[in-house]
Amino acid sequence: MRFGVVIFPGSNCEQDVVHAAHHLGFEAEYVFHRETDLAGFDALVLPGGFSYGDYIRCGAVARFSPVMSEVIRFAEAGGPVMGICNGFQILAEAHMLPGALLRNDTLKFICRDTTLRVEKSTCQWLDTAPGTVLHIPINHNEGNFICDHVTLSRMEDNDQIVLRYCEPDGSRAEGGSAPNGALEDIAGVCNERGNVFGLMPHPERVVDPATGGTDGQAFFTSIVGTLAKVAG
Amino acid sequence: MARYEIYVTYKQGIFDPPGATAERALKNLGYEGVEEVKIGKFIRMSADATEASVAEMCDKLLANPVIEDYRIEIVEGD
Repeated sequence: MRFGVVIFPGSNCEQDVVHAAHHLGFEAEYVFHRETDLAGFDALVLPGGFSYGDYIRCGAVARFSPVMSEVIRFAEAGGPVMGICNGFQILAEAHMLPGALLRNDTLKFICRDTTLRVEKSTCQWLDTAPGTVLHIPINHNEGNFICDHVTLSRMEDNDQIVLRYCEPDGSRAEGGSAPNGALEDIAGVCNERGNVFGLMPHPERVVDPATGGTDGQAFFTSIVGTLAKVAG
Repeated sequence: MARYEIYVTYKQGIFDPPGATAERALKNLGYEGVEEVKIGKFIRMSADATEASVAEMCDKLLANPVIEDYRIEIVEGD
């Protein structure tokens, strides 16, 4: 199992992702934004950071990096792609995922642990039982997920909502449990096929118990399981 | 060479956190007549390009059609 971790100018979580993969016994290598050959990778991760200084909109410039045409081709061929934080913003800007990420409604950069509820979804990156509550930190200024109502109901019908911010007991507060104002408390979504997945929280930061938790492990191990099944 | 002025604003119904905050702050300052504040982006561009081509630039990069609308104005003279 070999993960490719794409680095854009301004990415800053790529080492965490590689460390997480290595910790779990998987291979992981960096892919520079000018690369146009993704041969040999089983899955791709777009890490967090501030690609191209977040100018114009978060992810708007990164989306046109040379590597992105190949990332799109990889995903269209069924290859699994996960975008974390800025990576999610890039996938949304590239229209590989529905919706967009607006500035947090508090206008504050938020860095703290969150509780997330696993929803019933077709996401290949997470096979944890729906209803499970995970503890994973967030670290962003633009995580306020939004989409129009037509898109939202289509996502609901297709089981594309993967994670929701929730209270510690798994319930959702009446006024919303999202710390950033995200529509319907949405923290992570996938495409219809389930192979492209984006989330604002940082699972790579809770893989090695040395950094405070292991709830992020499932994201790496699930996709390995999914690929093993496909290879049959 | 043409000069363009481009206004990028959130689509109707998209919540604009900086606008809402400015609106609250103005009311707190005593400007009670303030009803709605929307904050967008203003882009000035000189380009050897047609308006259609500038619109394409907006669709691709300068605005995100999922959340934003844009308006292009051509600036006459100097």
